[in-house]
Amino acid sequence: MRAWYHARTVGQKQAVWAWIFLALPLFFFIAIRLFPTGYTTYVSLTDWNLLRPKNFIGAANYLRLWNDPVFWQVFWNTFKYLLIGMPISLVLSFLVAYYLDQMRFLQGTIRALYFIPFLTTAAAMAWVWRWFYQPVPIGIFNLILVDLGFSQQPFLRSTSQALGSILAPAIWAGLGFQVVIFLAGLRAIPETYYEAARIDGVGRWTILREITLPLLRPTILFLVVVSSIAFLRIFDKVYNMTVDGKGGPLNATRPLVLNIYQLAFTDYRMGYAAAQTMVLFLVLLAVTVIQLRALRTK
Amino acid sequence: MSFGFDPRRDPRKILIWTLLALGGIVMIMPFAFMISTSLKGRGEVYDLRLVPLAPTLENYAYLFRETKFVRWFLNSFSIAAVSTISVLFFDSLAGYVLCKYRFKGRQIVFVAILSTLMIPTEMLVIPWYVMSKNMGWLDTYWGIMFPGMITGFGVFLMKQFFETVPDALIDAARIDGLSEFRIFWEVALPLVTPALSALAIFTFLGSWTAFLWPLIVTNSSSNYTVPVGLASFSGEFSTEWNMIMTGAAVATIPTLIVFILLQKYIIRGVILSGVKG
Repeated sequence: MRAWYHARTVGQKQAVWAWIFLALPLFFFIAIRLFPTGYTTYVSLTDWNLLRPKNFIGAANYLRLWNDPVFWQVFWNTFKYLLIGMPISLVLSFLVAYYLDQMRFLQGTIRALYFIPFLTTAAAMAWVWRWFYQPVPIGIFNLILVDLGFSQQPFLRSTSQALGSILAPAIWAGLGFQVVIFLAGLRAIPETYYEAARIDGVGRWTILREITLPLLRPTILFLVVVSSIAFLRIFDKVYNMTVDGKGGPLNATRPLVLNIYQLAFTDYRMGYAAAQTMVLFLVLLAVTVIQLRALRTK
Repeated sequence: MSFGFDPRRDPRKILIWTLLALGGIVMIMPFAFMISTSLKGRGEVYDLRLVPLAPTLENYAYLFRETKFVRWFLNSFSIAAVSTISVLFFDSLAGYVLCKYRFKGRQIVFVAILSTLMIPTEMLVIPWYVMSKNMGWLDTYWGIMFPGMITGFGVFLMKQFFETVPDALIDAARIDGLSEFRIFWEVALPLVTPALSALAIFTFLGSWTAFLWPLIVTNSSSNYTVPVGLASFSGEFSTEWNMIMTGAAVATIPTLIVFILLQKYIIRGVILSGVKG
């Protein structure tokens, strides 16, 4: 073995070491990531419920979800989280970053205040917000409303308000990350661009529209994708803010991931749950591919 | 960008600064209410003033004595620590090899690892569950942490950062007769410590706050992590909000302390990995 090794060229020795070092990570990625992906794809084509052997049933699970009103409700809920949450959080974080970038006094401290919620355990914060939404005399939001002379709101107990009530802490928690990334992007814009614009007497609004936003394009695209993926995968908050983690009332807040969790690990309908994870995967893939396309066009 | 105004004389700027600062204070109000309520006795819960009239640690004492929070805390901590060490070692080793070695198949391995970034956890939990069931890993520490022992994101991040280590340095070490592993460990690794610290912080926090997989794989309450324990505990204590806030505070205060101590590294890490990744 030793003689064999010493007879190798430098390049061959390197290859030997490369494979030795990569052996364990590679095994891990194949066994824990790639193989399970294929396995889920296969399970989605079976009627498996963990108790009896799997039967191959072709596309029957996909046909079923096509005709399943709960699936469509959950699918639409997931997109509501995305379509309301992503734009609001991006606009808010951009405004904070844009103005904070112009301030020097305590800039780091203010940035830290916005950032802190990003680091905290979502499950814990979901319970804090759930407490805020309670009726009088417990919940602070209703206490404030009543104090100001408005009527109490049901928040998490109403089918029309619950989804928004869960979105608020989701936006709150992700805002600081986006502020930090926007600030970094804003600082990467060379000062000379602004100086040139100022010498030309260009107004603030025009500078924002013609210089800042176009140069921030990669940052904006990155944040659009990262936050879209986060909203599409929402789970912890919904699980902790709804009664028994069911995504109620009447499935009004249940997102796709919670539906998958319930199907797979409460009802043990593995095949049907796997088919829904395939839908989630394709949606996430589409979001990423659209972003890569958008990056390439400029 | 400053527009050349003097901040002390520009009222518009003072107004914007005040709004930003107020917004920042609103952002941390949930923590203030959480901690304040965790210090209130049962009689004072409905009183929403921020500073408790008669602060008491009675809730914490009850929580530590009567529930499994201490156990959950230790579970979460050990799982996060082991995962972080494993991720740091294997991700940097794989990233180093993919960056610095030239060998047949390198591109394929890299693409294979990169492609795992596209696969969401939610898609993998069913096979992981079946695997754990067959291997007897359900409801064990190993069961909770095995999916996170190596991460594609970390391999990618470390590969990017090893680009900054000059090849000449590695060749020189090779000529000096250092073994391949020692070149990685003693020459290359110390040069990428900023990336390592960023990766360490994210891996630890990611493990500390992970919810979906620990919820699936654990069964007996003594194996819960903090988030899973908190969810079950809060479900049981559904109306005792001071106890729930105490539990939430116990889950949150460590990350707040870590943030205050390591603020600079954390924000730098977010920017590094956000911009690079």
